[in-house]
Amino acid sequence: MERPAVTVRPGEFRNGSAERGKVFELRDVGVDYGGVPAVKEISMDVHRNQVTALIGPSGCGKSTLLRCLNRMNDLIPGAVVHGSLRYHGEDLYGPSVDPVQARKLIGMVFQKPNPFPKSIFDNVAFGPRVQGRKKGLEGIVEAALRRAALWDEVKDRLGDNAFGLSGGQQQRLCIARCIAVEPDTILMDEPCSALDPISTNKIEDLMVELKEEFSIVIVTHNLQQAARVSDRTAFLMVELDADEDNRWGRLVEYDETEKIFTNPADRRTEDYVSGKVG
Amino acid sequence: MEAGGVASERARLASAGARATVAAALGRQPRRDVALNAGFAALLLLAVLIALAGLAALLVQAFVKAAPSLSPDLLTSMPSRINPEEAGFRPAILGSLQLIAGVMLFVVPVGVGAAVYLEEYADKSKWWNRLVEVNIQNLAAVPSIIYGILGLAFIARGPLDLGFVALTGSLTLALLVLPIVIIAGREAIRAVPASIRQGSLALGATRWQTIRRQVLPAAVPGIATGVILAVSRALGEAAPLLLVGATVFITFDPTPFSEFSALPVQIFNYAVQPQEEFKALAAAGIVVMLVVLLAMNSFAIWLRNRYEQRW
Repeated sequence: MERPAVTVRPGEFRNGSAERGKVFELRDVGVDYGGVPAVKEISMDVHRNQVTALIGPSGCGKSTLLRCLNRMNDLIPGAVVHGSLRYHGEDLYGPSVDPVQARKLIGMVFQKPNPFPKSIFDNVAFGPRVQGRKKGLEGIVEAALRRAALWDEVKDRLGDNAFGLSGGQQQRLCIARCIAVEPDTILMDEPCSALDPISTNKIEDLMVELKEEFSIVIVTHNLQQAARVSDRTAFLMVELDADEDNRWGRLVEYDETEKIFTNPADRRTEDYVSGKVG
Repeated sequence: MEAGGVASERARLASAGARATVAAALGRQPRRDVALNAGFAALLLLAVLIALAGLAALLVQAFVKAAPSLSPDLLTSMPSRINPEEAGFRPAILGSLQLIAGVMLFVVPVGVGAAVYLEEYADKSKWWNRLVEVNIQNLAAVPSIIYGILGLAFIARGPLDLGFVALTGSLTLALLVLPIVIIAGREAIRAVPASIRQGSLALGATRWQTIRRQVLPAAVPGIATGVILAVSRALGEAAPLLLVGATVFITFDPTPFSEFSALPVQIFNYAVQPQEEFKALAAAGIVVMLVVLLAMNSFAIWLRNRYEQRW
């Protein structure tokens, strides 16, 4: 490598954002699946009340990296996360951390809307219920649906099966479901890739609103989306070993979104965001 | 004028030629192909008809033979060795009901538990889990008489020593149909998409909460269908019950801890009696069992179609 892969320079950011606090601090984070590396040597900070986008070509490990952040990789047999991953200063993979508790604080929205085969109400109430809440669920559900900009569309049919909603509504329901648990961070894995442009628009507007309360990390294939909604963008790329047997993702550049899209430091970033490759 | 006529004549010929080519290509297929197609379709239809004819013959035969004995008294009268006019199936029906109730009590928790373990917890890369899996497939194919011997040696006698009572019959039949329930349960659990589990876990639900509140409710229709089919298999089994003491002539209402009888055993016994009237009685018992089995299987199909979750 002719230059360092990572361009995180804390304190150098504009807008004083460095003082606003960090949600995640990653240092040399890597993930192996059954001994084969999927991503290597990721170092970056995720800032509070910002939308952080992860972009890059297919297979560059964006989703793998995202799933490290709420310990969803724990569920995959053979997955090993190494390096230092701090969440509000706490070692997320430390021995005293319960992944179940971590996932309550760090919510996740998936690529394909995955409502439960239950009523709209029960979908949103599920998170609070598994935490043992029995009272005041109506209020929690209404508040979550309002914050996910879905309340007006579903308030008269909360008892209907969630499968009857459109794809975009289902995805906002999944966001509401996530909000109902009162997380501090929301991870979104290509949340709009299965949606039409109008639904995509609604979700993007929602992300901008939600970052007032939550920190958001989003994986996206859509460069325009990253440019529209995110404050910071990380660009990952696929790297091959000498005999091209193994491939893994590596962070090329991480900076403010405006800089990534207008004046990137790395040539490979420029080629990617200008559409020359990938 | 003349030149134009030639040109149009040429065009006409050309298009006629093209039409002829297309017509030839689109034309009827060779007579041999037509005959082969028809012959093959006829063979397939014949296969269906043989299956249906078997079922129809069974039904007609049973009803015709049973006709003289079919009456409501059949269900409520005690059996008799001497008097076919008054003999019925009361203890056999009660015995069968008790047997399948016991089968369900045992087979639902154990079968669903095993299915959940194999689908949700077992690490497939470990040899002992693969061994368990292969053996459950094998157990489903073991002849029922073998289970009867097992029940005789381990449940009626041997370690459990329950004696020749209905409970023994229930446990023996439960072992027999357990693989069916496990296999059906695993299929139903596997049909619940991984995205549902991930969505639940991502909300901070534990693994058990995810299974209890998402996976199992979504799998209930499939599991219930499997249980009903397993129970209808248990209802029709005679061989293992003969070994664990389904006594043929009891003239009292059985309890789970008394001697017992069951419909198929009672039918067998009436059928081997020399008098024609008893044979009619056996046919009537077959009709009763067929009605019950068809009703149960129809209910299973209805349940599957009505509640099956489409993802």
